[in-house]
Amino acid sequence: MAELRNYTLNFGPQHPAAHGVLRLVLELDGEVVERADPHIGLLHRATEKLAEHRTWLQSVPYMDRLDYVSMMCNEHAYCMAIEKLLGIEPPLRALYIRTLFDEVTRILNHLLNIGTHALDVGAMSIMLYTFREREDLIDAYEAVSGSRMHAAYYRPGGVYRDLPDRMPQYRESKWKDPATVKALNEARSGSLLDYLDDFCTRFPKYIDEYATLLNENRIWKQRLVGIGVVSAERARQLGFSGVMLRGSGVEWDLRKKQPYAAYDRVDFDVPVGVTGDSYDRYLCRMEEMRQSTRIMKQCIDWLRVNPGPVITDNAKVAPPSREAMKSNMEELIHHFKLFSEGMHVPEGEAYAAVEHPKGEFGIYLVSDGANKPYRMKIRAPGFVHLAAMDEMARGHMIADVVTIIGSQDIVFGEIDR
Amino acid sequence: MTAKLDTLAQLLDERLGDRIVAQRRALNELTIEVGVDRYREVLQTLRDDPELAFDQLIDLCGVDYSTWGAREQRARRFAVVVHLLSIDRNWRLRVRCFAEDDGFPMVPSLTPLWTCADWFEREAFDLFGIVFPGHEDLRRILTDYGFVGHPFRKDFPVSGHVEMRYDPTQQRVVYQPVSIEPREVIPRIVREDKYGNPRHG
Repeated sequence: MAELRNYTLNFGPQHPAAHGVLRLVLELDGEVVERADPHIGLLHRATEKLAEHRTWLQSVPYMDRLDYVSMMCNEHAYCMAIEKLLGIEPPLRALYIRTLFDEVTRILNHLLNIGTHALDVGAMSIMLYTFREREDLIDAYEAVSGSRMHAAYYRPGGVYRDLPDRMPQYRESKWKDPATVKALNEARSGSLLDYLDDFCTRFPKYIDEYATLLNENRIWKQRLVGIGVVSAERARQLGFSGVMLRGSGVEWDLRKKQPYAAYDRVDFDVPVGVTGDSYDRYLCRMEEMRQSTRIMKQCIDWLRVNPGPVITDNAKVAPPSREAMKSNMEELIHHFKLFSEGMHVPEGEAYAAVEHPKGEFGIYLVSDGANKPYRMKIRAPGFVHLAAMDEMARGHMIADVVTIIGSQDIVFGEIDR
Repeated sequence: MTAKLDTLAQLLDERLGDRIVAQRRALNELTIEVGVDRYREVLQTLRDDPELAFDQLIDLCGVDYSTWGAREQRARRFAVVVHLLSIDRNWRLRVRCFAEDDGFPMVPSLTPLWTCADWFEREAFDLFGIVFPGHEDLRRILTDYGFVGHPFRKDFPVSGHVEMRYDPTQQRVVYQPVSIEPREVIPRIVREDKYGNPRHG
């Protein structure tokens, strides 16, 4: 009889399937995981401490760097917490723009997740397709904020500026002949809303393509079905939220239950899983992308016919227009004070949560009335999900750990903060 | 929303009564304060009572009140703030518990009640040095292996105490005292009352 030995295996922190800098210490009995101990913090930047030393506005770009695949949703929670403390309500158009871009972000996040998750478990091509669509949406990010990833577009009181009327165009070059450029620019001939509208028309077909590649794929199903099963009761106990909770059959979506932005004005459905395994969570994400497209469409239709301000006119919170600033002394002072000293937020504490693509992303702010937060706590969904890694991986094979990481949708920017 | 908060506030009064030190309601959020001795008991009630039904621990974090400049003063330095959510009743609650001893803050662990308290408490221990008796595995979580100090305390500088570099002569990574000067670009300002009010002069 062969001699059996237990191994302790160090997985990561530079493993490509670890989705960042996860170091997992796995205790193995043969190929079976007996204990998984995630070591995190390798990407710890002390965002919460830094925020205590920055003005309220200066921390907005830090939010992008938390979960760096769903940037605007992070900003949304932060801005909502500040608005709650200030007691201001952004204009309706800003709420719709936020809803639109939250859904763009959700699709961005799920595309990345499904693509890389499939890559981890052995399906190469899907990633190329999902990244093709991500590119389109990242262009929308760029058009609206000037930045492809770290947008800093949501501001306390609204959004930075209104949606642009025209999209940046491709130009002819050594690599792109006139015919290619013409084809590429076709969707970009109108405004950003036209561009996104066109995307919403095309996108459901792409989701069908992904479904063809994965849904009934034998290898994909063998790797996912029955892996990382979490019961509804355990999911609550473990503090799960978002897809991780819905995959286990709990119907809970903050967009429906505690609506924010314009979610109570749009129509959409919330997909819920049955068995709570990795495959159900994958199916939930696929359906969420379809629902996101639906929400985007409704927002686009509304935004087309309802012009208006996109940021509050409260000069103590939002900067005045450039034009006003250059012709009016008072506006100049406001501008100067806002960008030097920063805004003051009344004493108090607030918790604001959004339905982030990964789960409930919350910001807990404590203010003592200064121009900087006294304490900020980021409630990152991934942190809680990764904490359950031990329970989810126990008894599975070592290869299934990769599936579970992918299905938890781990991103280290938010876990390590 | 407000009607719901009324119901919750009333329920809390009934179920917890004198076990809570204070109940506060602001910005459509309910906060209760509990003493360390009743902390675990109160949270157990909050979780198990079928009417309250706070089945999810959303967040647990430490707060250091040592440089708190607001009007309402805090008697103690460290507090643990817990955010609860009830999925069935769809309401939230914030529970604050001040640790008795500023030198060695201790708050009972919630790991027997919620599994997910595990990492949250490790984080609060790591960043603030709050100790959670009853926690079985209270290791550091976010800071480096062998880190000294609790970085989120207000007396810990943003730039830290040590920096790391690669030493080519020893051919390894070495730690040394930080070489950068701490600086503050924008000072922290708490404005006096009525500032900006035209009648204030």
